[in-house]
Formats: sequence, structure tokens, C-alpha cells
Amino acid sequence: MLNHLIILQVIVPLLGAPCCLIVGRARAAWLFALVVSAVSFAIACGLLLQVYDLGSLSYELGGWAAPWGIAYRLDLLNAWLLVIVSFSSVVALIAAHTSIQQEIAAEKQLFFYVAWLLCLAGLLGILATADAFNVFVFLEISSLSTYTLIALGKRQQALWAAFRYLIMGTIGATFILIGIGFMYMMTGTLNMADLAQRLPDVQESNAVFVAYAFIVVGIGLKMAMFPMHFWLPNAYSEAPSIATAFLAASSTKVAVYLLIRFTYAVFDGQLETPSLPLADILIALGVLAVFSASTTAIFQADIKRAIAFSSVGQIGYMIIGIGLGTVLGMQATLLHLFNHALMKGGLFLALAAIVYRLGSSQLSAMQGLGKRMPFTSLSFVVGGLSLIGVPLTVGFVSKWYLVSASIAAGRWPLAMLIVLGSLLALAYIWRVVESMYFKEAPVDAPKGEAPVLILAPLWLLVAANVYFGIDTQLPVMVTGDAAGSLFEDLW
Amino acid sequence: MSLFFSHYNYWIVIALMMIGFYIVIAQGNLVKKLVGLNIFQTSVFILYISAGKVAGGSAPILDDAVSVYSNPLPHVLILTAIVVGIATTALGLALTIRIKKAYGSVEESDILQRDRSC
Repeated sequence: MLNHLIILQVIVPLLGAPCCLIVGRARAAWLFALVVSAVSFAIACGLLLQVYDLGSLSYELGGWAAPWGIAYRLDLLNAWLLVIVSFSSVVALIAAHTSIQQEIAAEKQLFFYVAWLLCLAGLLGILATADAFNVFVFLEISSLSTYTLIALGKRQQALWAAFRYLIMGTIGATFILIGIGFMYMMTGTLNMADLAQRLPDVQESNAVFVAYAFIVVGIGLKMAMFPMHFWLPNAYSEAPSIATAFLAASSTKVAVYLLIRFTYAVFDGQLETPSLPLADILIALGVLAVFSASTTAIFQADIKRAIAFSSVGQIGYMIIGIGLGTVLGMQATLLHLFNHALMKGGLFLALAAIVYRLGSSQLSAMQGLGKRMPFTSLSFVVGGLSLIGVPLTVGFVSKWYLVSASIAAGRWPLAMLIVLGSLLALAYIWRVVESMYFKEAPVDAPKGEAPVLILAPLWLLVAANVYFGIDTQLPVMVTGDAAGSLFEDLW
Repeated sequence: MSLFFSHYNYWIVIALMMIGFYIVIAQGNLVKKLVGLNIFQTSVFILYISAGKVAGGSAPILDDAVSVYSNPLPHVLILTAIVVGIATTALGLALTIRIKKAYGSVEESDILQRDRSC
């Protein structure tokens, strides 16, 4: 049983999805999906403990040995990500039933949970697998269910956002498929460990270069890397609020993981070639993402959309960390993966609570909200402070590591830019705070706190934001070891 | 010239890929966009299948008379990719139907216009 845990991590939500349909009623399906997510989370925690004790684990599907069969392989990096993704699914699902009552028609709620579990299965599958083609399959499972989740949004614009994401996402996935095809042509294997061994022999070939280029662009589309991010703000602002909370905390993280995995484990981290300074390109794109997205976020009337733009900026920070190409930079990226999941999960859950009560996430509707919904407003402020990177919150920890990593790499101007970028976050969070606390509410404005089922997971995330901002031992230890092992080349 | 004829399948791949990609970008009609996406994906299928061909090899069915086989693995991979492509097309068309009901049009320009006006 215990040695099958790796495959159960993916199988449980994958089989849970059709079982949801059999369950039949929305409320029961919600409880069922919650249990399935909780089991996934427990498995992920168990796996992380095992990996920490025993080193990396591998699993052969159907007993077929690795080059022929599909292998799953867990090291600290993906075990850590498994915990993040399944945790955000559990937390968001607790609030899901209450939140979607007002956003999704009753007869469609059942399918919401089916798509949710499929999406979870796809994301966990991408993380667990050690087979390049399997990555593509799971990527499409998670993407197709994500399009469905987005299309369930209340307004008709959700359909258009989902369609645009479908076009962009499919092009991205097909690019990844082309890249994998070139790698297979050059090496004759799809197993990541074998690829890592054989690719250096053919490194001079243009085909390998092209393969990497296609994969980076494909993953870049999936994770909304700066010039390819236009689908994300639409998709996140139109999706049902609770789906946004889950997707923002998990799906782009998984794409960032793929970029790290392919760059460092498969292509052996040769970022610097004389003809293409990839490290500088990644850092430049990251900085551009931070500044352009954060500036756009300041001018949004819809706060959900503003926070979605801020996600693009935060992904920029992660790309900067990867581009630095040092252990410390990688650790900063991995820390920010976790911390960003906590703060964006919290902020979007707070917005879900606001939308639940007000029916809108427009800034103009939030006037005087500090008195009307004190707990929700306060949680938004804490999440916002974390996003800015104020000390005693998780945002500070990852910013600190990122700044020290860039200074250690001798890039002083970059460190300045990172701090400046945080000031932009201050600007778009401040607008909300000002509206919530320093403006009077209209007399007939809706009042009352959000239901406990939304507030409880929201405050759980807020508490995590503060707790891991003070007691940083666990994430710093895990990410430090994970980043170190990436550069030691254990594959 | 010999490069052109000896690798004609790869030239077809490139041509199809560019045609498909161009249609996705240039066409405003959502159904045409999906058709373009399909052509784009099909070009990748041909790329994989071309890679699986072994010169002089026969179909990968075990037979005493044959000693050289083509590589079956790309075929299997592409069967999976075709299924994924069908699922994507189905979802895209379903979304198109919903968009048609909501917006009354499947032209990108009309949709953008209606989004801006409301």
C-alpha cells in the first residue's frame, strides 16, 4: 500500500471525478470532492515526509521498468509542489459550495466539482510524472478542465475568456509536444532521467536547441510569462471566484515547476550559451512582467482583475529567480511558489467572500467595506501586505531571499528593481484599503459578514501567511534542499 | 533540391504548421480558428509519425519474414495526442455554441464590440 502512494496521488482525484457524477447531487458531490482533496493532501504530506527521510522515490507503472514503461519519480521539488497544490485545493473547496451558490446555476454545480477534481488530477500528474510525454497528457487534462471551470463563470464574458484561453493553451501545449518530439528524435527516449543523460551528447545539435525553445515558449504560454500573459487576467477575472482562488494558487505554479524541471533536470541547466544569453532574457522578461503588470493593476476598476494582473507580476519574480541561475535564486523562486500560493489563495478567497455579499468585485462597490465586512476586509489587508512584502508576512521572506540572491549574483540594479516593484504592489493594494476604510458606504449598501464556510478557510490562509512569515523554518529548509539537489544533478 | 524531395514529409509539416497557425491568428470566425488549430495540431502528428519511420522497415507487426520494423512508439503517442485534439475541438465547439447563444455571433469583432458596449 505505502509503496503505491505515488500513483494513488494521481489516481484518487482522477477516479474521484467520475464518481462525483455518480454521487449525483451537488451538495453530496461537494462533500465527496472535499474528502477526495483531503485524501490527496494527506497522501502528498506522507510522500513529502518519505522523500525527506529516504531521498527520492520512484514508481514504475504496471511494473514496466523505466525506459519502456512510464515512471513516476518524486524528489523534494515535486513532493513540495504536490503539497502546495493539494493544500490549495482543499482550502478552496471548503468555501466552494457556499460561494458557487450565487455564481453557478444549480444544475451545473455538479459538473463544477467534476471539472475541479479532473483539474486537480492533471496538476498532480504533471508534478509526479518522470515521463516527458506523460507531462503533455496531464497538462491537457488539467487545461481542458480549467477551460470548463472558467466557462462556468456568471457573465457571458467568461465564455469568451475561456475560448481565448483554449486557443492560447492549446497552442502552448502543442509547442511543448513539438519540443518533446524533437527531444525524442534526438535521443530515442521520453524518460526524463534518460533524456538528461543522453541530451549532453547531442547538445551541439540545432534540434536540441529548437526543442528547448519550443518547450520554453509553450510553458511560457501556460504560466503567463510576460509577453504571453494576455489570457490570464481575463480568465481569472471571469472564472467563478472560488475557481480563481484554486487556479491562481496552483496552476501557474505547476507551469513554473515544469520550466524548472526541463531547464535544470532535463536540459542540464546550460542557460548561458554564447549565442543566446537565456539568463538575461529570463531576468529581463521577469522585470518587465513585474512592472507592466503591476502598473496595469493600479488602473483596474475591477479588483479581481487587478489581483489577476498582479499574478502576472508575481510570476515575473519567480522567473527572475530562475534566471539568476544560482542555488539561492532557485530557492527564492521555490519559496515564492509556496508564499504566492498562500497570499493569492487568501486574496482571491477574500474576493470570493466579497462577491458573495456584494455580487461584484468592483472597487466602487467596496466603499466602507471595513465596517460592513470587518473580517473579510481585514483578511484582504493582511493578504495585501503579504503581497507587498511587509515584514512578518510570507511575502517578505521570499522578497528577502530574491533580493539577497540578486545581490549575491552581483546584480545590484536588479535588487533595486525588485524593491521598486513592491512599491507598485503597495499602490494597487492601497486603493482597495482606502476605499474600504476611508470612504463612507452608501446607505443602502449590502451589509453582513460572509458565511463561516468562506471565512474559515480564508482565515486559515491569512494565519498561514503570518505564521510562515515568522516561523520560516519549514519552507526554507525544504526549498533550500530542493534547490540544492537540482544543482547537484541527482538525475 | 535533393533535400526538398528526400524530406518532403517535413516540408509538408512546416507548410501545414504555418497554415494552421496563420488561420488561428488571422481569422475572426471562431469555428475557423478551431479549424486552424486542428491543422496546426495535425502537422505535429505528421512530424511524430515521420520520425517513427525506419527506412526499409515494415509495419510493426511481428512476422518471421520481416526483420526491420518501423518504430511503433510515435504512433502510440500520436494516438493519444489525437484523442487530446478531439477533446479540445469538442470543448472548443461547445464553447462556440454557448458563445453564439450568449452573443448572437461567432465573429471575434462582434464579440469584442458587444463586450465593450456593455
